[in-house]
Amino acid sequence: MRGNAEAHELIAPGSLTGVLELMARAPGEWMPIAGGTEIMVAHAAGRLREKKLVSLWGIGELRFIEVSGESIAIGAGATFRDLRMHDTVQSGASLLAKAATWIGSIANQSRATIGGNLVNGSPAADSSPALLVCDAEVELISMRGKRRIPYSSFHTGYKRNAMTPDELLYAVHVPLRFAQHRQYLRKVGTRRAMAISKVALAGTALLHGGVVSEIRLAAASLAPLPARLYRTEAVLHGRALGPLAIREAQEALMEEAKPIDDIRSTAAYRSRVAANLLGEFLNELLTAEARP
Amino acid sequence: MYAMPQPVRRSSTAQTMSTSEKTRIVGTAVPRKEGVDKLLGRARYLDDIEREGMWYGATVRSSIPRGLIRSIGFDRRIDWTEFTVVTVADIPGRNHIQLINADQPVLADGMVNHCEEAIVLLAHPDKHKLREAVDAVNVEYEPLMPVLTIEESERQETIVWGADNILKSFLLEKGDVDAAWAQAAHIVEGEYRTGAQEHLYIENNGVIAEWSEGNGITVWGSLQCPYYVHKSLLAVLDLPEDKVRAIQTETGGAFGGKEDYPSTLASHAALLAMKSGHVVKMTYDRMEDLAATTKRHPSRVRHRTALDGDGKLLAMDIEVATDGGAYTTLSSTVLSRATLHSPGPYVCPNVRVSSKAWATNTVPYGAFRGFGAPQAIFAIERHMDEIAAAIGMDPVEVRRRNFLHDGDTTATEQVMREPVILDKLLDRALTESDYYERQKRFAQENQTRAVKRGLGIAAFYHGAGFTGSGERYLNSLAGIDVTPEGRVRVLVANTEFGQGTNTILSQIAAESIGIDYDDVEMAPVDTNVVPNSGPTVASRTSMVVGKLIERAGLQLVGTLRERAGLREEFTREEFFAACERLREEDGAVISLCRYEAPAGIFWDDQKYRGEAYPAFAWSVQVAQVAVDTTTYSAEVEEFWSVQEVGRVLHPVLAGGQIEGGIAQGIGYALYEKVVWKDGRMANNQMTNYIMPTAEDVPPIHVYFEEIPCRFGGFGAKGIGELPHDGPAPAILNGIRDAIGVGFNAIPLLPEDLFAQLVTQESKAEVSAV
Amino acid sequence: MSEHLANSSAGISFIVNGEKRTVAAHGMKRLLDVLREDLHLTGTKEGCGEGECGSCSVRMNGELVNSCLVPVLQAEGATIETVEGLGRAEALHPIQKAFLECGGAQCGICTPGMLMATAQLLAVNPHPTIGEIREGLAGNLCRCTGFKRIFDSVAAVVVEMDATAKTGGAHAG
Repeated sequence: MRGNAEAHELIAPGSLTGVLELMARAPGEWMPIAGGTEIMVAHAAGRLREKKLVSLWGIGELRFIEVSGESIAIGAGATFRDLRMHDTVQSGASLLAKAATWIGSIANQSRATIGGNLVNGSPAADSSPALLVCDAEVELISMRGKRRIPYSSFHTGYKRNAMTPDELLYAVHVPLRFAQHRQYLRKVGTRRAMAISKVALAGTALLHGGVVSEIRLAAASLAPLPARLYRTEAVLHGRALGPLAIREAQEALMEEAKPIDDIRSTAAYRSRVAANLLGEFLNELLTAEARP
Repeated sequence: MYAMPQPVRRSSTAQTMSTSEKTRIVGTAVPRKEGVDKLLGRARYLDDIEREGMWYGATVRSSIPRGLIRSIGFDRRIDWTEFTVVTVADIPGRNHIQLINADQPVLADGMVNHCEEAIVLLAHPDKHKLREAVDAVNVEYEPLMPVLTIEESERQETIVWGADNILKSFLLEKGDVDAAWAQAAHIVEGEYRTGAQEHLYIENNGVIAEWSEGNGITVWGSLQCPYYVHKSLLAVLDLPEDKVRAIQTETGGAFGGKEDYPSTLASHAALLAMKSGHVVKMTYDRMEDLAATTKRHPSRVRHRTALDGDGKLLAMDIEVATDGGAYTTLSSTVLSRATLHSPGPYVCPNVRVSSKAWATNTVPYGAFRGFGAPQAIFAIERHMDEIAAAIGMDPVEVRRRNFLHDGDTTATEQVMREPVILDKLLDRALTESDYYERQKRFAQENQTRAVKRGLGIAAFYHGAGFTGSGERYLNSLAGIDVTPEGRVRVLVANTEFGQGTNTILSQIAAESIGIDYDDVEMAPVDTNVVPNSGPTVASRTSMVVGKLIERAGLQLVGTLRERAGLREEFTREEFFAACERLREEDGAVISLCRYEAPAGIFWDDQKYRGEAYPAFAWSVQVAQVAVDTTTYSAEVEEFWSVQEVGRVLHPVLAGGQIEGGIAQGIGYALYEKVVWKDGRMANNQMTNYIMPTAEDVPPIHVYFEEIPCRFGGFGAKGIGELPHDGPAPAILNGIRDAIGVGFNAIPLLPEDLFAQLVTQESKAEVSAV
Repeated sequence: MSEHLANSSAGISFIVNGEKRTVAAHGMKRLLDVLREDLHLTGTKEGCGEGECGSCSVRMNGELVNSCLVPVLQAEGATIETVEGLGRAEALHPIQKAFLECGGAQCGICTPGMLMATAQLLAVNPHPTIGEIREGLAGNLCRCTGFKRIFDSVAAVVVEMDATAKTGGAHAG
């Protein structure tokens, strides 16, 4: 334990308004802490710079999963355990349900929140690719009110996001229409469980008569932030899927990817495996199309 | 210091052999002796112990791999009067840890030779104040050119240890290797490499030290070898034997990682306790433990092998190189074991093994389960598959044609006097794994699937007990006493750290005396209470110490029969009544036995010839491996392990030893990589040093063939290290079987598979053009 | 904001193993350290301090958590179960009994966390498949056993609990 608890202040206002008031009074001064699965690791390592922390844990207004006709609204305080156990998340946003099972272990899933995962903004975040390929939106809240932005514009750089210092992530909205799409999600981690992703790829697609009418692709750990692969998508859009299109898409992905070498993997490996995963997804589409 | 008690009486009836007799307790699954305490969470590990007024210690470490210390500055933002500060100037005795060569300083003296080398020690009553204080000690260096790899050390352009960077070398020769090449039908060469491996015991290193003028120094610690700690403290603190006491606390895993390192940590805590006058606790957090303590020696082994037209070995020329790190620690004995295991379990008329341990400016490498054997066996067992490929023979058949049998001699010309049943172990492994049927099925399925499967095999021995004359030098003393409260106690310095020492030695004591398991307990591992029965290493506890306890039990009963009227057949009550009669006469009831080397055994330390080990444990393992060509990752899907370890003393514990060793071996092969950056471990966190989880370890099938060994406690041989020797080569052989590509280095991570496969692909593309 | 649960030493209350406890601890102190240092419940161990090894696993409000990642302020009002609440020497919990008999504990340092993870698994899923057992325990690293005998132990608990349920018997814990 390298951190010193006494060097930090932690308060728990117990209500959303309480937290927002605090953040409005002193924007940027209070670091929100939900399940602590990131912040407490930094604390133990003596790397936690923020002196003032405000607890979001136990605020019921942030921990909800609500299904409306067209989408699921997930409160930022919903844990990954909440997500993976939820019937509609399982059926209507199955990629997200699958990603939820990837988070650390059972003990991490019962504390880690979707809000924390997104705000932390790791390029390797497990839930990000699934949300990106489903056109998810995030809803931000402050004393000034609420606003919704596409999740694809939430991350703005390495561990940077579009929130203002007085804002909190309130909810994530996941459209249900992608349940009709062909879907793909695969993570390549350091091991089967308790693994940080070396690379992950998510995809949703619609084909009509062998032609790609809609496709969304997103990856983890291929760039400084979780991101859609727009240029790769463009290669496929409107194309009849076949070996040549697949090969060109893979080449486009290898061009588009900007991974790094770090202690977990190499850039070359990440690019190539992402391309292989894309090949696996596209070949699955091809096989599914070929079926009567 | 343990004082030899007076009433030791030898009994002439004590030498009965018992290995073939039916047993009541040995061989059964009695409950783990300390099991209930562990399951209730009340077992007291080092960090669970708090003392009134205790202070905490921390270590200022080198941030560079090699250099001169220019100055040590103490930042004024800290009130240093609150702290106890220890530097090399405070060491009352010798500034060296007492191992094989006393070359490792307790604290750096003007120079550092590896990152994380201890320079200054600090103690304070508030543990939260230590981190900032450590950061406020400013060490200025004059950096010197470091040597960080075996190859850099071999070049001898920069000398960082002794005259030539060589910590130790051995030359083992049998027959005439040079004359054999001309007769060879095949000559196969290969180079094999293994990386560092971290023990990753879940309990980090920790020690508490207490000093008083009257009692001297007492240390409690998570440790394997209390008498190693005792020996270093005598020298470092310059104290007489009766003023140094080492006590083991419940130990949360060790695997060799708490063999030598606790001598350093105990010296540090003791120095702080002496200077501060307070009880001092030093525990490492995971980051410090990973960065600063020992790991398995990295190695490079080169093989050049001559075979005749039938695939029989004619000559083996083997060159072993290990990276020893900055100081000798245990590198010479690790190298010795690597040397003696490098020819594998095969007969060969001409063998030469030339081996060297090289100094580098990295944290000294130390003991780790297998102790040089996993490195050597990785090389020979991978090489056997490369030989098979080169001469177009089934890897199973190449091994079978060259296996050692009873009466054969090893590379040291040790005659196999005990039964050697490698053929039987191999047959059983093939049958249990349905080897040929599976292989056929995989060959079919692999043609169309992205995930390719294969089977790999490894056959090997592991020498039980200390190498060569080691046990004779150790001269271990162990025994049994009976307390006035009617408890039979096992008196050994051998430690429990999960493997089952407490349980098996209690079983042996109960069995040999003829009382119940529940009547036996372990005396505390405290150098004031128990004699020096040697270190808990080298798979020697069941065999060597077990035998001493078996003898001590028989000796006690013999004495009670001769002198206290104990009948031939006796009840529990009669036994304890007889003990009390003996106590009235002698004042105590105690039976001690000293190690006696088996007759007719010789070992030549100079020529490295003779009986290298009193006994060998044998094993054949099979790994089923799946290689995913989409992600370049290899996984073990199923694992079979057949072994002969003498008598199995406890089926549950024995199975647990094998399975646990295999899991570590899987980690060694496919997951566990120490990432180095400028001589420093860069991934010193559990998040980034990857060991297999419950989802990564495959189903493991374990089978024992039992042949009681006459040298071991109730016929047991060593078991603990054996299972770690085989998984890495078996797995990499399985990968070769799956995809037709041989990999010669571990850890083999997906990135390594990728790099080699892509290189080969691009070469193939070029040649196709 | 008088409702605020403040920081430091005001006194944080929760139920541990059925008993209400109040500690005067700093809010950012880890639940792990409060259990070990303030309440002297040293059965819960620290292995890594980063939620990776699971040695500090306890149950909090019916869920498994790594107590090294819980600032104690967030445990205010919670119900916490640690290994010390599982069974007693004279009446081991069926999970403890199974681990003892099946060889599920070797060095014992991961054991308290492993037992709590098992308790959690079986509370949620009384008849887990081997795959579910593996997943349920994947956050608890054991370096000794290779996990096989831990899986055997969990399977044995299931059998034992089923038998107890059939005969209408009760067990501790």
